Amino acid sequence: MEYLVRLAQWHQSFRVPELQAVATYLGIDLEIVFYDDFSPYCIVKLPDEAAARALIARSILAKDIFELWGQGTNYEELHADVKKRTPHLWSKYLNVTFGFDVDTYSGKRSQTTKKEIILSFKYLGFQGPIRLKNPEQSWLIMEKYVSQWEVPVNEQEKNPEPQKIYLGRYLAKSDRGAIIKYDLKKRKYISTTSMDAELSLVTANMALAGPGKLFYDPFVGTGSFLVAAAHFGALTMGSDIDPRSFRGKDEERQHKNDIAILRNFHQYETVSKYVDTFGSDLTNTPLRRNHFLDGIVCDPPYGVREGLRVLGARDGKQIDPVVIDGVLNYYRPGYIPPKRPYGFEAMQKDILNFAARALVINGRLVMWMPTALEDVGLPVPMHKNLEVISVSVQSFGNWARQLITYRRLPEGELSDISKGRTVEDDRGVSASELNTFRRKYFNGFQTEEESTPTTTP
Amino acid sequence: MKVITANFVTCAVKECKTSAQSFPLHFHDAELEMSELDFQPEFIRNVVPRIDWEALRVTANELGFPTLPDVKPEGDALNDEQTLKDLHRLLLETQVMEGKLKCGNCGHEYVIKEGIANFLLPSHLV
Repeated sequence: MEYLVRLAQWHQSFRVPELQAVATYLGIDLEIVFYDDFSPYCIVKLPDEAAARALIARSILAKDIFELWGQGTNYEELHADVKKRTPHLWSKYLNVTFGFDVDTYSGKRSQTTKKEIILSFKYLGFQGPIRLKNPEQSWLIMEKYVSQWEVPVNEQEKNPEPQKIYLGRYLAKSDRGAIIKYDLKKRKYISTTSMDAELSLVTANMALAGPGKLFYDPFVGTGSFLVAAAHFGALTMGSDIDPRSFRGKDEERQHKNDIAILRNFHQYETVSKYVDTFGSDLTNTPLRRNHFLDGIVCDPPYGVREGLRVLGARDGKQIDPVVIDGVLNYYRPGYIPPKRPYGFEAMQKDILNFAARALVINGRLVMWMPTALEDVGLPVPMHKNLEVISVSVQSFGNWARQLITYRRLPEGELSDISKGRTVEDDRGVSASELNTFRRKYFNGFQTEEESTPTTTP
Repeated sequence: MKVITANFVTCAVKECKTSAQSFPLHFHDAELEMSELDFQPEFIRNVVPRIDWEALRVTANELGFPTLPDVKPEGDALNDEQTLKDLHRLLLETQVMEGKLKCGNCGHEYVIKEGIANFLLPSHLV
């Protein structure tokens, strides 16, 4: 049976990967029959109505789902299709209370025209009373017009007709309400780099978060991904090279053992999904070499504001421990270990290597990666034990960030990494020398030839 | 730090990774706190196969818990409600709020403060 998924008309490149991830999580056969970046209406094939309801219940970038009753490029075609697909269903709804409405994308219809359109379906023969509020069943006519993204407004026809029209029987709405629930504006503990609620939830979805699973974010910060994974029922752990990022500022503490990140889990009533946070550097991780994680979700530091850092002395100089008041300096409260600049590519490799040895089979790594716009479409980092499932792009004008989803392959299966990213870090010691993205960022993303070399530390 | 996490960490010093002495890390001066959480049997069932049982026995013993069974519960034993509840209590509801985790190989101590362990190494150990 074919169904129509009504999608949010943005974050386009994330929409199909999210639907596919949800279908994988649920073990549902999903076939994308029609998808267009310029349209909110996506046609899919699913085994049954129960599958359609389950799929939509976990989706963030979809709004709702309909049983597809017909489609066409004009009303003549649509009516013919409805009469071909659905006559066997009409009697089922003979006496229900029902609603009928028109939804337009990139177009407008007057109330009078909408009424005329609705009346043109009277051959369906429904006898039940029409209800505006909470009808037992409702149908939606969906019209897709040419949008300004496809053809500039001044080049469009005066009174355009829709490009594509659909009729669907409404089934259920998605989990999009969670975006409001997890809105950063209402969240107790956030920072300037917290990932927004919508994309955090999508990230958790791509990673197949769910009850019984263990998730980890090695760059946890204020815990945006952990609360999102916890929303879907996963248990979560996080770590950060800067423990203050999840512990919070001393002056903001409200009581003993008040860990800032935990305030968010209390707020969302998911404290049972919080396992632990700890101070650690992924490059020098204390985590064991065994496959124990179902999902790794992260937005590694871009190294723009502060430069990428890992533990160790700058310039490789040995700093000898000293004893202060009879205690080794590094055991004293408030000790902050020295950190050294680290390469952007080296960090990506560390993350993939870690994921390959820490994920269970079919476990997922879902990672954000900043990219200069000119570099979007270039190969993504790859690892022989990880399969690239999807790459989605969010653009910010002159730069973009990509969300890359990987699957840990079973032993004995290897992915072809010959098309993987082969960029090496430049030699050097400073943060900019080690981080092409940072250098491009400070050069305003001009090509390197047209800009003067920078030595920003 | 919860008992489950202690089962997934070892010494962060690279040279210690290959030493059998570095795992599990040993709790010292541990102050425990119990907190009640929603019972999540599906999580315990999933995670127990990933647990190093010998190490968990050592940890439980160091923290003063009753001795765990000799062998890890598997298969049908993981459907026994009491077994799942006991493991839930030990792995998820028991946490060390203050104390130290010490490596049996190099002797480095990781401090736990307000439930948060710090595995950041000073530069001479990196």
